[in-house]
Amino acid sequence: MSDHTYRTATLLVHQGRDRDPATGASTIPIYLASTYHHTGGKSGEYDYARSGNPSRDQVEEAIALLEGGVRGFAYPSGMAAIGSALSLLSSGDHLIAPDDLYGGSWRYLSQVLPANGISATFVDQTDLDAVVAAIRPETKAIFLETPSNPLFKIVDLRAIAAIARERGLLTLLDNTFMTPLLQRPLDLGIDVTIHSATKFLGGHSDLLAGLVTTADPTLAKRLKFFQNAFGAILPPFDSFLLSRGIKTLKLRLEAAQANAQILAERLAAHPAVSRVYYPGLPDFAARNLHFSQASGAGAILSFELKDQAQVAPLLQRVKLPIIAPSLGGVETILTHCWSMSHAAIPVVTKEQLGIRETLLRISAGIEDVEDLWEDLEQGLSRG
Amino acid sequence: MSGAQSLESRIVHLGVGRDETTGAISFPIYPSATYRHPGVGESTGFDYTRSGNPTRQILEEGLATLEGGSRGLAFASGMAALTTLFLHFSSGDHVIVSEDLYGGTYRLLEQIFAKLGISASYVDTGDLTAVTAAITPQSRALLLETPGNPLLGVSDIAALAGICRQHNLLFCVDNTFLTPILQRPLDLGADVVIHSGTKYLGGHNDLCSGVLVAKDVALGERLYFLQNATGGVLLPQDCWLLIRSLKTLTLRMERHCQNAQQIARWLQRQPQVTAVYYPGLEDHPGHELSKKQSSGFGGMLAFRVASPELARQVLKKIELISFAESLGGVESLLTLPAIQTHGDIPEAERERRGICASLLRFSVGIENVDDLIADLEQALN
Repeated sequence: MSDHTYRTATLLVHQGRDRDPATGASTIPIYLASTYHHTGGKSGEYDYARSGNPSRDQVEEAIALLEGGVRGFAYPSGMAAIGSALSLLSSGDHLIAPDDLYGGSWRYLSQVLPANGISATFVDQTDLDAVVAAIRPETKAIFLETPSNPLFKIVDLRAIAAIARERGLLTLLDNTFMTPLLQRPLDLGIDVTIHSATKFLGGHSDLLAGLVTTADPTLAKRLKFFQNAFGAILPPFDSFLLSRGIKTLKLRLEAAQANAQILAERLAAHPAVSRVYYPGLPDFAARNLHFSQASGAGAILSFELKDQAQVAPLLQRVKLPIIAPSLGGVETILTHCWSMSHAAIPVVTKEQLGIRETLLRISAGIEDVEDLWEDLEQGLSRG
Repeated sequence: MSGAQSLESRIVHLGVGRDETTGAISFPIYPSATYRHPGVGESTGFDYTRSGNPTRQILEEGLATLEGGSRGLAFASGMAALTTLFLHFSSGDHVIVSEDLYGGTYRLLEQIFAKLGISASYVDTGDLTAVTAAITPQSRALLLETPGNPLLGVSDIAALAGICRQHNLLFCVDNTFLTPILQRPLDLGADVVIHSGTKYLGGHNDLCSGVLVAKDVALGERLYFLQNATGGVLLPQDCWLLIRSLKTLTLRMERHCQNAQQIARWLQRQPQVTAVYYPGLEDHPGHELSKKQSSGFGGMLAFRVASPELARQVLKKIELISFAESLGGVESLLTLPAIQTHGDIPEAERERRGICASLLRFSVGIENVDDLIADLEQALN
């Protein structure tokens, strides 16, 4: 592909490299070699697969191009990406995190990092005063999710970036829900974006991957150092598969988002449902803020049932959605956050946050929406 | 999977819930070549991977569902599928083939099966009288590509099915260009559907595969016998990749169609372009027939430029679009049929069919359509 600046749909398909220089092959080969011959005793572009691999390079370049970063990094899971990005912090540092975030991230921040001397304060980041109030002399970074998981709190990314810039704090955002197709945080002043690429970027519920990118060359250099030093890299076959998933991201996400909008509207009107959380609904409180920083509402929604006794029958009766944690696949996934995605968070904390046992999350797939609705409706009908 | 009614939902859920041991959403890849028998004379249903493989089984069932057939069979390439189908015939048999067809099929019939005593006649299947006239007492089958390759001629599947029924011919339709998302030949009276799964079904220019789907059970059994006996099966890793591909087939086909329609219209307005062949254009002779038998016009089009030199210039100057054989991938490919896909057809025969050196075939990808048009524009000028 030439140096021409292409539109997103084209970038997704062609990514950074769309031809193998040696053969012209339209797919970059899956390079399984762990090491590379040093011709004449001199090291070439590649010397050892942990340090660099053409199959991984392709996907790392892709995320950098899509997010507007200088360099991308690929890891064998979203948590490995978060862990590797947070290695930018040192012992004694303090971090501000959202109170309502993915359970795995919560566990990492509250149970893993403290052992390394890194502490975290969880605040409601929609309250900018609360964020400022939580800043201490040793605070080094703000970790963000927007929309938050599972309660769809919307954080003002421009405002947080300004607060952080003023105080020299690093900002890291988990952009998994939106993907660069709908939200480009680096353009809004965020330093580092992180993805569980297992979700929409991979899109088929068949691989684990994490991605990180930054627009700052100095940060990129440090992230590269950590990635290579820790060695949690995305293997070649999964790199190929992720790159392949990215090629259809736009088609998948647009279709899934259209389905999510319809499901959200119909659930909001359903007598068994007390509340729906989805930025695409006209009465979603932070709708304007969300659409000032993202170009779509996404394909995930949460809803609250009026009666807790209806949760178990619903999960038993629905046939089409996969009942599981995870999200972002072509198949619709229904999650009981309390017992699945947020199981790692103590009951008391969940209750404080408003993650109730009646809360369910839907990651809309690309099935026919009428099939999905018929299924949900029959699942909800007999209370 | 249950509950889903539409093809769209069923294809997304292909393999979901089938691994009962773990509940894995993505059906596993079974690389095992062989299977342990519970006892003498007992089998789990799987004995040896050429004869049956769990990953291939999911794929083959999905392919049968998509085409509305009783049995699907997956092969290592489109040509492997076609070879297996031709092995169904015997020495002395005669087959009638649409003349606007892939060059590899022509090569297979003329250079391999001809020596095995199977003869072929090539006819314009758009002309029903010509088809009937080509039938001999030895005729056993009609093999049809519609739309044709590379000139996108459209043949009437239902009418040809009637002729085949009347003359007891096996009616085989290559559905590679449109896929079951846009055209279901078995519903229109075909007996067998063939695919180069390398194309739209795979859709990413990254795997080779072929498919046969038989409508009735007995024919499915016979083709399975040949698949197992000759062994050109699709291997588990690629079966899995093809399952994964089918999940986005609906979305991809929709976008291929949209982009191709816009590009066809744009090409028609270019002074350097002397003809555009796309069934979605109102002035295409097969437009009305396409609307009747297909739900979309597909992502393939062909166009003729003012001179062979201009065709060469376009192929040299394109940047985003690749100059490569094959078709049906998310990435756009431009082909010069006279020297590439149809190079095995003798020159005089090629020229007669209009496959000259200024004809380009375009497999329109799912990129942003304005980027594709911009690339064509700079290459034409």
